[in-house]
Amino acid sequence: MYVPLLSICIWLPIAGAIAVLVLGAQRRMELARWVALGVSVATFLVAVHLYIGFRWYPEFGGMRFVERVPWIGAFNAFYELGVDGISMPLILLTAFLTPLVVIAGWEVIKTRPAQYFAAFLLLEGLMIGVFAALDALLFYVFWEAMLVPMFIIIGVWGGERRIYATVKFFLYTFLGSVLMLVALIYLYLQSGSYSILAFHELPLGMNEQVLIFLAFLIAFAVKVPMWPVHTWLPDAHVEAPTGGSVILAAVLLKMGGYGFIRFSLPITPDASQSLAWLMIGLSLIAIVYIALVALVQKDMKKLIAYSSIAHMGFVTLGFFVIFATIANSQDEAGAMLALQGGMVQMISHGLISGALFLCVGVMYDRLHSREISAYGGVANTMPIFATFVVLFALANAGLPGTSGFVGEFFVILGSFHASFWLAFTAATILVFGAAYTLWMVKRVVFGEVGNDGVAALKDLDRREFLVLGVLAVSVLLLGVWPDPLVEAMDETLRQLLAHVVQSKL
Amino acid sequence: MVTVAHYLVLAAVLFSVSVAGIFINRRNVIVLLMCIELMLLAVNFNFIAFSRLLGDTVGQVFVFFILTVAAAEAAIGLAILVVLFRNTRSINVDEMDTLRG
Amino acid sequence: MESIYLGIVIAPLAAAIVAGLFGRRIGRAGAHWVTIAGVAISFALSLLVLKDVVIDGAAVFNGTVYTWAAIGDIRMEIGFLVDHLTALTITVVNFVSLAVHVYTIGYMRDDPGYQRFFSYISLFTFAMLMLVMSNNFLQLFFGWEAVGVVSYLLIGFWFKRPTAIFANLKAFLVNRVGDFGFLLGIAAIVLHTGSLDYATAFGQAELLDAESIEVLSGTQWSVLSLACICLFIGAMGKSAQVPLHVWLPDSMEGPTPISALIHAATMVTAGIFMVARMSPLFEYSEIALSVVLIVGATTAILTGLLGIVQNDIKRVVAYSTLSQLGYMTVALGASAYAAGIFHLMTHAFFKALLFLAAGSVIIALHHEQDIRRMGGLRKYMPITYWTALIGTLALVGFPGFSGFFSKDALIEAVHASTTVGAGFAYWCVLLGVFVTALYSFRLFFLVFHGEERIDAEAKAHLHESPAVVWAPLVALAIPSVVIGWLTIEPVLFGGFFADSLLVLEEHDVLHVVGEEFEGPAAFVLHAFSASAAVYLALAGAVVAWVAYLLRPELPGWIAQRLAPVHRLLVNKYYFDWFNENVLAGATRGFGRLLWGVGDQTVIDGAMVNGSARGVAVLAAIVRRVQSGYLYHYAFAMVIGLAALIGWLVVRN
Repeated sequence: MYVPLLSICIWLPIAGAIAVLVLGAQRRMELARWVALGVSVATFLVAVHLYIGFRWYPEFGGMRFVERVPWIGAFNAFYELGVDGISMPLILLTAFLTPLVVIAGWEVIKTRPAQYFAAFLLLEGLMIGVFAALDALLFYVFWEAMLVPMFIIIGVWGGERRIYATVKFFLYTFLGSVLMLVALIYLYLQSGSYSILAFHELPLGMNEQVLIFLAFLIAFAVKVPMWPVHTWLPDAHVEAPTGGSVILAAVLLKMGGYGFIRFSLPITPDASQSLAWLMIGLSLIAIVYIALVALVQKDMKKLIAYSSIAHMGFVTLGFFVIFATIANSQDEAGAMLALQGGMVQMISHGLISGALFLCVGVMYDRLHSREISAYGGVANTMPIFATFVVLFALANAGLPGTSGFVGEFFVILGSFHASFWLAFTAATILVFGAAYTLWMVKRVVFGEVGNDGVAALKDLDRREFLVLGVLAVSVLLLGVWPDPLVEAMDETLRQLLAHVVQSKL
Repeated sequence: MVTVAHYLVLAAVLFSVSVAGIFINRRNVIVLLMCIELMLLAVNFNFIAFSRLLGDTVGQVFVFFILTVAAAEAAIGLAILVVLFRNTRSINVDEMDTLRG
Repeated sequence: MESIYLGIVIAPLAAAIVAGLFGRRIGRAGAHWVTIAGVAISFALSLLVLKDVVIDGAAVFNGTVYTWAAIGDIRMEIGFLVDHLTALTITVVNFVSLAVHVYTIGYMRDDPGYQRFFSYISLFTFAMLMLVMSNNFLQLFFGWEAVGVVSYLLIGFWFKRPTAIFANLKAFLVNRVGDFGFLLGIAAIVLHTGSLDYATAFGQAELLDAESIEVLSGTQWSVLSLACICLFIGAMGKSAQVPLHVWLPDSMEGPTPISALIHAATMVTAGIFMVARMSPLFEYSEIALSVVLIVGATTAILTGLLGIVQNDIKRVVAYSTLSQLGYMTVALGASAYAAGIFHLMTHAFFKALLFLAAGSVIIALHHEQDIRRMGGLRKYMPITYWTALIGTLALVGFPGFSGFFSKDALIEAVHASTTVGAGFAYWCVLLGVFVTALYSFRLFFLVFHGEERIDAEAKAHLHESPAVVWAPLVALAIPSVVIGWLTIEPVLFGGFFADSLLVLEEHDVLHVVGEEFEGPAAFVLHAFSASAAVYLALAGAVVAWVAYLLRPELPGWIAQRLAPVHRLLVNKYYFDWFNENVLAGATRGFGRLLWGVGDQTVIDGAMVNGSARGVAVLAAIVRRVQSGYLYHYAFAMVIGLAALIGWLVVRN
C-alpha cells in the first residue's frame, strides 16, 4: 500500500497544531500538552521510518519518496515532495528536536501554553515542508509561512525587547526572501516549470547566473546568517523563549545552508565558482571576527548566538571551498570532505546549539537572568546539570568524540588543499571556540557559589534530565560513529559535486 | 446651426466650472456635492451629443445609468453629510483634514 | 589477540562510566573497586601483550575495529597498532595508573568528589590507551584531545578554587594552540597521502618530502617539513615545550595523584610518544629535526632554572618535569628516538614517585605545599623519605639508578648527533644536569633535612602516611632503581624498537653510542671516567647542600646580588605576563572593538537601524504632501491628468 510518508511528516504536525489550538480554546491544557507531545513523537517516528527506508539504498543518491500532484495548473506548479541525502538528515533533525522542545516547555510556559505548543507543531510541519519541497513555489510558500509561527513565538513569549527583535528578524529574513522569489520567477520563466530539479539542468549564461546567485545569496546569507547580515540573530535569540531559541539555532539557520546546497550550487555552478572567493571570505570573517565578538559577550544567549554564527561559517566555507580544492588537487577527495563537513556541521550544530540553549533555559527558568555575571559556581548546587553543560560546551569547542568535532575536522581537512592559510584561519576556531565557550563555563559553572540565587538552585528534574540526556547521547553517538550519517549523504553529495563541477555555460 | 462642437464646449465649460468649484470652494461640503453632480451632468452632455451624432442609443442608456447612480450618490452623500454635521457641528471643508499625514 | 586489545581500552572506559554515572549508587568503596578492577584488568592484559610481543615475538598487529566514516577514498577508521613501542608504553601507562588509583584511595579519602575523581582517572587511562594504541591520525587526535579534556577536568577538580579553574582553562587553551598545529599537520598528511593510516602515510614519507607547498607567497616548503613542524607544535602543547609550557606549572592546582599520573608520567609524554611514532616522517625532514632539537634544548635549560626559585613543592617537581620533557625532546631531535622513549619510561616511574612522595608530604602536613614551612621531615616519614631519595637520585642521574642510564645515553647521543643545533643542545643538556641536581637536592634538603619550620599544629599530628599511600611509593621506587639496569641494553642498543621506529643510517647516533656499550655495569663505570654529566650532577648536589643546609643565608645573598636575574626567574621570564596581558588582553580588546564598533555601531547602528531611520526621515518629509484637504488631492489628480494627456498629445 502506498503511504505518502513525507506528506504525513508535514501535515500531521500541522493538523496536530489545530487540534492543540482547539483543546486550548476549551481550556483542556493537560490534554493539549499530551496531544502536542504525541503528535511530535509520532512525526519523529515517521521520520525515523523514512530514514531507515532511505538508508536501505545508500548507493542511490537521487530523490526518494517522491510525491507529485498537480497544484496550480496555470503556473505549472506541482505539490511535489521528495528527499535525498541532503534533506533527509535535516528532516530527521527537525523531527527529533521538536518533541524535545515540547518537553522542555512542558510546565515552564505559563501564558497561553496551548498556543505555544501549536506554534511549534506548525513550525515543525512547515520546516519539514521546506526541506522536502521539490517545487520551487511550494518551497517558497513553506519558506515564508515558516516566519509566521517563529514571529509569533518570539513576539508573544519573548523577553522585554521582543517587539524590536521580532521586527528585526522578520524584516531581515523577508527582505532576503523577496529577492529569492524574483530569482525563482525568473527561473520559472526560463524553464517553464517550478521544478527545482529542472532548474538544476537549466542552462544559464554567466550574467544570469551571477544575478541569480546574488539574489539567492542575500536570502540564504540572512538565514545562515553570514557576516554582515547577522545582527538579527543575537537579538532574536536573546529575546526568544528557550524553545524558540532552540528551533531557531538548530533548524532555522540550517535553511540557509540548505538553500546554498540545494539552489545556489547546482543552479548557478559557474557563478558559485567565480564568486567563491566572496563566500570563503565572508565565512572566514564569520569564523574569526564573530569568534572574537563572542569572547566579550556578557549575555549567555548572545554568546551562544555568536558562537552559532561562527560555527555556521564552517558550513558555508565547506560548501564553497570545493572549487579551490578541486582546482588545486585534481581529485575530489578534498571537495567531498568539505561538502560532507558542511553537512555534518549543520546536523551537529543543530544538536549542540540546541542543547546549549536548553541549558541556558534551565538556568533562566530558575533565576530569570541570562547574564553571565548573575551566576557563578552553579556546579556546587547543580552537579548533574553542570556535567551536561561542560559536555555540551566541550562539544561546542569541537572536542573529538563529540559531534562538534566531525564537521570542523572534515572542513579543515578539505580546505587545506585549497590553501594552507585558509585551513590555518579556519582552524583558529580550535582556540577561539574553546576560549569563549570554556571561559563562559568557568564563570558560570565553576567557582564558589556566586550569590544567594545560585545557592538556592535546585538540580535538574526528571523532565529536564530527559531532554538534556537524549541530546547528550546523540551528540556523543554522532561523534563516536558518524558513519551512518556520512554514508547516507555520500552518494547524493557525490552526484551533486559531479553536477557542480560541470559548467553550465 | 448647432454642431456637436457646441455641445462639447458646453460640456467642457460645465466640467471646468465643477472642477473649479471643487478647488476653490473651502466652506461648504454641499457645494462639493453639487459640483460632483454638475461634473456628471457634463459627462451626460457628451454622451447624448455623441449618441445623437452616431445614431447609437447606447449612449442614452448610459445616461440613464449615470443619472441613477448620481441620484443614489446624492442620497448617500447627503446622508453622510448629515452624520458628519452631527459629529463635527460644521460642514466647513477646511476643517476636514483628518487624513493629514 | 584483537579482543585482548579491545579489552585493554574498554575495561577502564567501562569502569569510568560505571563510577561516573552510578557513583552515588555504588558508593565510595564501589567506585574505587570498580575503577581499580578496570585498570588492573587492563594492566594484566597489557602485560600479556608485552609478553606476546617481546618474548613470543608476535608480528606487528595493525587492524581496524570499525569504520568511523568513509568519504570517497579516504577511510577513517578506529583501529589498533600493536608493536614494541605500543606494548611498552601501554604497560608503563597502566602500571603508573594502577599505582595512582591505589594511592588515590588514601589521598582523596575525605574529598566529597571521590567517585568523580575515580571516574576521571579511569577515563583518562582509557583516553591515553586509545592514543597510544592508535594506528591512525584520527584516533591519535581523539586520544590527544581526550587526555587534554580529562586533564582540564582534573586540574579544575576542586572547582571552587579560583586558581584551579583559572589553571584548567589556561591548560586547555594552551593545549588547544598546540592542537591547532597538530590538526594542520594531520591535514597536510591526509591530503597529500590520501589516508589517515600510519602505515600508508609513513610509506609515502619520501614522496611527501619531494612535494612542495607555497605557504608564504614565493617560498616553497616541503610538505613533509611543514607537516612535521605542525605536528611538533602539537607535541609542544601537550609535552609543554617552550613557549607552550606555561600551563604545566599551573596545572599543579589539581590533586596530586593526577599531577603524578597525567602531568608527569603519561599525558605530557604523549608528545614525545607521538614524535617517536612519527619517526618515519621526521627522519626525512632535517628542518623539523633541528626545530625539535632546539626547542627541546631550550626547554630543558630554561625551565630547569625556574625550578631553583620555586617554593611550592609541587611546582618544583613540575618544573623538573618540564626540564625532563625537554631532555626527551632533545633526544627525538637527535634522532635517538629510543633514548627519548627510554627516558620517558624511566621518568614515568621516578617522576610519578616524586609526585606521590610530594603528595604524601602534603597530606601529612594537612595540605601545606610551601617548602619554606617544611624541613626535617626525615624522622617523621621514613618511608616517604627513602622513596623520595630514590626518586631524587634517579632524577639527577646518579649512576646505577634508572634516570642515569636514560639521561646519560641521551646526552651521549646528542653529543654524537650532527643535526643542526646539536652543539647548542649538547651544552644545554649538560648544563641542565647541574641545574637538575641543584633544584632536586634543594627541594630534598629543604623538605626532609634542616631545621623544622612546620606549624606547631600540623606537627602535632605528623606521622607517616597510610599504607595505601606508601605502598604505591614503594611500588614505583623499585622500577626507579632497577628498570634502567635491566632494560638499557635491549631498548637502546638491541633493536627493541626495530619494528616501530625508523632511523636513517646517517642519523643513527645510538648506534655510535652503542659501539662503546659493553653492558650496564661497564656503562656505569664508563660514566665516572668519561662523562662530565656525573660530575656536574655531583656538583649540583654539593652546591645545594652548601646553600641550603650548611649556609642557609647564602641563597638570599645571591638573590640580592643578582636581583635582575632573580626577578626574571621569579617572574618565569614574563611568559605568563605576556600571555595574560598582551595576548589575552589584545584578543579581548579586539573582540570588544569588533563588537562595539563593527557590530553595534556600523552594522546595527548605521546599516540596520540607520536604514530604518532613513526611511523615517524620508517619510517625515513626504507626509507633508498629505494635507488632508480634499481639494488638494483633487487638484493633484487634475494636474496629473492634464500632464498625462499633455504628454500623450505632445508625443503624438
